[in-house]
Amino acid sequence: MLGLDTKDTRLLIIVAIMVMAAPILLNPFPADSAMAQFNAGYPDLMQRFVIFGIFAIGFNILFGLTGYLSFGHAAFLGMGSYAAVWMFKLLSYNVVPAILLSVIVAAAFSVVIGYISLRRSGIYFSILTLAFAQMSYALAYSVLTPITNGETGLQVYTNDPQILMGENSPNVPHLFGIEMRGTADLELGAWTFTFGNGYYLAALMMLLSFYISLRIFRSPFGLMLRAVKSNQNRLTFTGVSPKPYTLAAFVISGMYAGLAGGLLAAMDPLTGAERMQWTASGEVVLMTILGGAGTLIGPVLGAGLIKYLENIFSKINDGILHQWFAFMPDGLEDFMVTILHPFIGKGWHLTLGLIFMAIVIFLPGGLVEGGQRIGRLFKRRKTDDASSATTKPAE
Amino acid sequence: MDAIILQILNGLDKGSAYALIALGLTLIFGTLGVVNFAHGALFMIGAFCAVTFSRLLQLSHEIVDETRTDFLGNPLKVDVPYLQDWFGPETGAAIIDWAVPLSILFAIPVMLLVGFVMERGLIKHFYKRPHADQILVTFGLAIVLGEIIKANYGANPIPTPAPAAFSGSLDFGVWLGFDENAIIYPYWRLIYFLFSAVIIAGVFAFLQFTTFGMVVRAGMADRETVGLLGIDIDKRFTIMFGLAAAVAGLAGAMYTPILSPNYNMGMDFLVLSFVVVVVGGMGSLPGAVLAGFLLGILQSFASMNEVKSLLPGIDQIIIYLVAIAILLTRPRGLMGRRGVMEE
Repeated sequence: MLGLDTKDTRLLIIVAIMVMAAPILLNPFPADSAMAQFNAGYPDLMQRFVIFGIFAIGFNILFGLTGYLSFGHAAFLGMGSYAAVWMFKLLSYNVVPAILLSVIVAAAFSVVIGYISLRRSGIYFSILTLAFAQMSYALAYSVLTPITNGETGLQVYTNDPQILMGENSPNVPHLFGIEMRGTADLELGAWTFTFGNGYYLAALMMLLSFYISLRIFRSPFGLMLRAVKSNQNRLTFTGVSPKPYTLAAFVISGMYAGLAGGLLAAMDPLTGAERMQWTASGEVVLMTILGGAGTLIGPVLGAGLIKYLENIFSKINDGILHQWFAFMPDGLEDFMVTILHPFIGKGWHLTLGLIFMAIVIFLPGGLVEGGQRIGRLFKRRKTDDASSATTKPAE
Repeated sequence: MDAIILQILNGLDKGSAYALIALGLTLIFGTLGVVNFAHGALFMIGAFCAVTFSRLLQLSHEIVDETRTDFLGNPLKVDVPYLQDWFGPETGAAIIDWAVPLSILFAIPVMLLVGFVMERGLIKHFYKRPHADQILVTFGLAIVLGEIIKANYGANPIPTPAPAAFSGSLDFGVWLGFDENAIIYPYWRLIYFLFSAVIIAGVFAFLQFTTFGMVVRAGMADRETVGLLGIDIDKRFTIMFGLAAAVAGLAGAMYTPILSPNYNMGMDFLVLSFVVVVVGGMGSLPGAVLAGFLLGILQSFASMNEVKSLLPGIDQIIIYLVAIAILLTRPRGLMGRRGVMEE
């Protein structure tokens, strides 16, 4: 189906079902229960899951396939956001031109930056992309203030031209009248499921991105990119120049980042330069590695996991911890809270850094490799029992 | 003319910091072959060594001063540092005043220890892993170290003044025959520059003139052969890692009066120092030092008003522009050697 073999079709369908049913699947706890804080099924958070999923999928096409580690991809995300907000300011709140322009702008910049950066490889490439991203960030903060609105951040004002704005057009981002913030609630017993329009737009975009990356992974082009990763010299010896392939990969991943930036702006029509900071670039690297670089589903898992943990960990405070450990004797309870205190709330980045280090040290293949290892463990156990038993492939 | 000299001087102190960090980075890279993204964090920890030390010196207890009263008429309670009890009021106050320079004594053992623990505990396992893995794990470590500092010291910059004796400025222009107040240079920045010059000279002398340094240099050139000669090169490289950490830490400790330390300062300096290393040439120690000073001075020239009005924003991006230009025209950097990081 869709030019995919059975296995990939199955993967795509599973992902599609998961994404479409996410508002239900991610809301396993009743709304009034104490566990409701672990629910992730509200549009705001799910949008971030899929948007950063898109970002990570794109990054993975560059890093996972070619092995070029870019430390400046957030710049393209930031540019996409700025482009989208400018479309809102100039035309109207319709998200279609905004998203289109954000992808185009990101593509244009990634052609230039990629063309220059890809002249070098290894750590030099990382430093070059980092330098470009930091330059964009510094410029967005200082000289380009007329375009980026500097520290305040770019947003839409009432006196902006918005030439395509009709009489009845909604005053928030919308898709031909469907407001991005609009939601539909479904109450089932104690559960409340919220279906956001914005989430479904972003989710469809993510499925499209996922499908394209699936096709790239399975295409001769994708094979070429893997060849770049494994041995550039041999590729050159066989008379193939790796340059066009790496540049194409760079531009594609830049466009993904631009799309993610445009969607972020479409969900919330304001943006700031901090989206371009190099820590933001580091975050997408974390997501990709955490999920599993070079795998199809890994980056999406990584993005979802990081955003979910970020949300949960920053929400937990000492009071909640005291509730959890209330069953313990008082001294022990206070002790546990004191121990855990640095890791929660504002200390979330500490937890993130530790998780990330643990992943790089013990599980370089990320969550996907972890899953495969567990799968193999079961397989071995089964083969011990009955040698002819077959298990499902773990990818 | 005086404006040019002033900018060169202004660039020196920032350049010194870049040079010291870049020197450590290059040492680690040259010996262990590891790209250390946590080096900025070591600089930051050094700065917080100074903060910790000055807080330790100011540990005090409360006594009631019968001779003075507060606004309610009760006897005034004053905090008296223990140091003043032990050494008498004048000496005690002087020691507290000199906290930053004295913190060197505190920072060296702490940083050596941090370096050893880091190398033995983490970096050791990453020798054989690809450079990307090294970058990632040290990046994670940098986040963790920064967050630990943030949890203990808060997120705000902590002002740490220089000793009162150095708080003024040197009227450098008078020496050169310019008008008074034409070239003013704060004493502490001068001290910082001299200090870093001493450290740099010390590191080079150590590598050049001691047997230990000779073995290390041999190991940098050909690790396997040195190992075959029966020398435990790993142990020496670990010591070099500790040394590099100490250099970064000292750079940070002495920098505190110039820039109030906060948990994020390491990241800012790290990015720039990497650019410095790359411009100087990966693996070249003189290159790192040269590029550090060069970029520091260039940056201060770019922040002159005349330049800024001509090219707005140039002061923000000059270093990156130079790095891009250098990497594209001289891929090995200013003084890079053949065959380092070329795969």
